[in-house]
Amino acid sequence: MEIESISSAEIEHRESDGIEVLRIASQHPIPDPDDWLDENIKRNVIFTTVDAALNWARKTSLWPVTAFTACCTFEFIGASSSRFDIARFGMEVLRASPRQADLLVCAGTLTWKMAPQIKRLYDQMAEPKWTIAMGACAISGGIFHDSYSVVPGYNHIVPIDVYIPGCPPRPETLLAGIEKLRRKIEKESISKPR
Amino acid sequence: MTTAVDYNDLVALLQKQFGKGFTPATDYVEMPAALIAQVAEYMKNTLRFDFFDMVTAVDYSDHFEIVYRLQSIQNNSLASFKIKCSKNTSVPSLANLWLGANFQEREIYDLFGIEFTGHPNLKRIVLWDGFEGHPLCKDFKGKVYDTAN
Repeated sequence: MEIESISSAEIEHRESDGIEVLRIASQHPIPDPDDWLDENIKRNVIFTTVDAALNWARKTSLWPVTAFTACCTFEFIGASSSRFDIARFGMEVLRASPRQADLLVCAGTLTWKMAPQIKRLYDQMAEPKWTIAMGACAISGGIFHDSYSVVPGYNHIVPIDVYIPGCPPRPETLLAGIEKLRRKIEKESISKPR
Repeated sequence: MTTAVDYNDLVALLQKQFGKGFTPATDYVEMPAALIAQVAEYMKNTLRFDFFDMVTAVDYSDHFEIVYRLQSIQNNSLASFKIKCSKNTSVPSLANLWLGANFQEREIYDLFGIEFTGHPNLKRIVLWDGFEGHPLCKDFKGKVYDTAN
């Protein structure tokens, strides 16, 4: 390849040409794309209800507590990594402390020996808080429902908001269940405490 | 690769030491329950089986069978033993010879109810204190929670 050799005067000349072309074409300002908004919104004022604002904030920042008991966990891990990307829903911050979390994803078989710890974690979470029962074992104990050591469903230990069937549910199913929970949170009201 | 000892040779050796009662099979030696403590000590100190691989139990309804598996890391070999014991007898613990036997004997005590005499800390390990019965026994009928409703 041959490299074009140009003098420094030629470089200056080309630069000034470019600037002149742009300057002549830019004599008038580009119209404001927000022209269609009304005056109040331009001043960042919007009118809404307390419920709608609170519920919007709550449903778009569900933080799950890191407490998983068995194999359904891996579908949750799949859902929270880049392929399914739970971060789209403001949920990628898994909290190591129940004090900072507002969602308990009950993923997997719960044994009676582990049940007091799950109950304790749930009790330590601050209101408002929600729970999702993920998979057959969390819903009813699954294939272990009549076992001597397995709790036949998380709803014997904590109240459950959404049940997600499957053994295990795929990440898409989990995301659909989370969407159901978000629709549920949308309808809540501070005038009717949970 | 770790290979099993020749069980015919092992039985000949044990019979010279402890008398009759040992029967070789393709992959284990069947032996009287009363001799297990002495045989275990002989296996560890004389034949250098320095690693306690595992112990487990089988419920045959009228009796229990306890299966031991020992490994020799020095000689790269392993040996299995089976003893039969009736439902209400206890078995000597090997936890003082190999520390690895400690938790496994507790698990057998927990799930089968077999007592190991001389065990330093014989209590339930996977189930909680106060659990009724031993759930891996054939006659276990207990159910913690009824899901009929």
